[in-house]
Amino acid sequence: MSNISNLTRGLFKENPTFVLLLGMCPTLGVTTSAINGMGMGLATAFVLVMANLVISLVANIIPDKIRIPSFIVIIAAFVTIVDMCMAAYLPSLHESLGLFIPLIVVNCIVLGRAEAFASKNNAWASVLDGLGMGLGFTMSLTILGSIREILGSGKIFNSAIYNEHYGMIVFVLAPGAFLALGYLIAFINHLRKTN
Amino acid sequence: MVLVLLGVTLISSAAVAYVQSLTGSAINEAKQNKQANAIRQVIPGEYNNNPIAEAWKVTTPDGEELEFFPAKKNEETVGTAVKTYSKKGFGGEVWLMVGFYPDGRISNYSVLEHKETPGLGSKMNVWFTKNGKGSVIGKHPGTTALKVKKEGGDVDAITAATISSKAFLDAVNRASAALAGNADSYSGATPKATADTTKICEEKAKCDSLCNLPCKH
Repeated sequence: MSNISNLTRGLFKENPTFVLLLGMCPTLGVTTSAINGMGMGLATAFVLVMANLVISLVANIIPDKIRIPSFIVIIAAFVTIVDMCMAAYLPSLHESLGLFIPLIVVNCIVLGRAEAFASKNNAWASVLDGLGMGLGFTMSLTILGSIREILGSGKIFNSAIYNEHYGMIVFVLAPGAFLALGYLIAFINHLRKTN
Repeated sequence: MVLVLLGVTLISSAAVAYVQSLTGSAINEAKQNKQANAIRQVIPGEYNNNPIAEAWKVTTPDGEELEFFPAKKNEETVGTAVKTYSKKGFGGEVWLMVGFYPDGRISNYSVLEHKETPGLGSKMNVWFTKNGKGSVIGKHPGTTALKVKKEGGDVDAITAATISSKAFLDAVNRASAALAGNADSYSGATPKATADTTKICEEKAKCDSLCNLPCKH
């Protein structure tokens, strides 16, 4: 597998949200606005890259039986680091993402990539894979967040497009997340089939 | 196997500890900045003391703490910021910083923390401000009980978020009651405790000693 395909795979062909359908909890939970989706995506991308890097380096010395606990500990360490850095330097974003930051630990994408890719490949390929998956996740969360923010509150990245009064509140709430995600997945599937 | 697991956890916790030592002070600073900004925002006019240094606390019957930040200009009180809460929010606790003029009127407020529904209850950060639809600025929770219109009050509730609005007013009323010195009697069951001016005046001595405010009738 070439390096380029390692990087681009996560963006479209195996996009974690729209194609692999992994990490649905933060996808549905935090995408009430574009900036939230983007912040969540970037935090996850950082964890993915770092966890993939470390795990690909140590995978050979970790016995099979304790593979999962070791991976989780490594992932949790990076998540805690992200959590603390965000609290220190981006307090307002940290507040709006709240509990979802520590929950990156149990995000299926991170453990999924560690298990399926990083533990079997070299460090460089794993970093590219983590970066591609992370950016793909960021992209899809930002798109979903933008759609919900536009339809729900008439804004995008907090700048008003139309009067908030006419926003469809359902798109800010949980059902809107399912609706918007469903139509997005259908759209992506359509694109994939026609290509 | 055990050794590898031990090694993994050791190195991970060392990394986390190292990052914490780097970010710990910045996290505290961010928190304090937020509090200081909220105080500055809700106090009317200028002051030249450090309200945080002169803060005092009152413990409420349900075990939470209300914090009071007095703002003074040349030793004269120009207002008091009260960190207050309500447990009746739609999504849990609501924490506010409410500023009061020395006579007990509301000067401004700032929402510190809430878990209300985005797009509905979360509008409380602008709804009750001066230009908002349900402005509480300038109202005196001690004389006119703050209630939503549905309950016979005169405050417009946030559209489709009456529970969040009630929680907001609950927090404001609690702050006002505590500032007047009767935090213990504020049950939070109904917002009427603050309107109970007779009670306030029964406790006038306590009131005067606590905050040097003239008791309002």
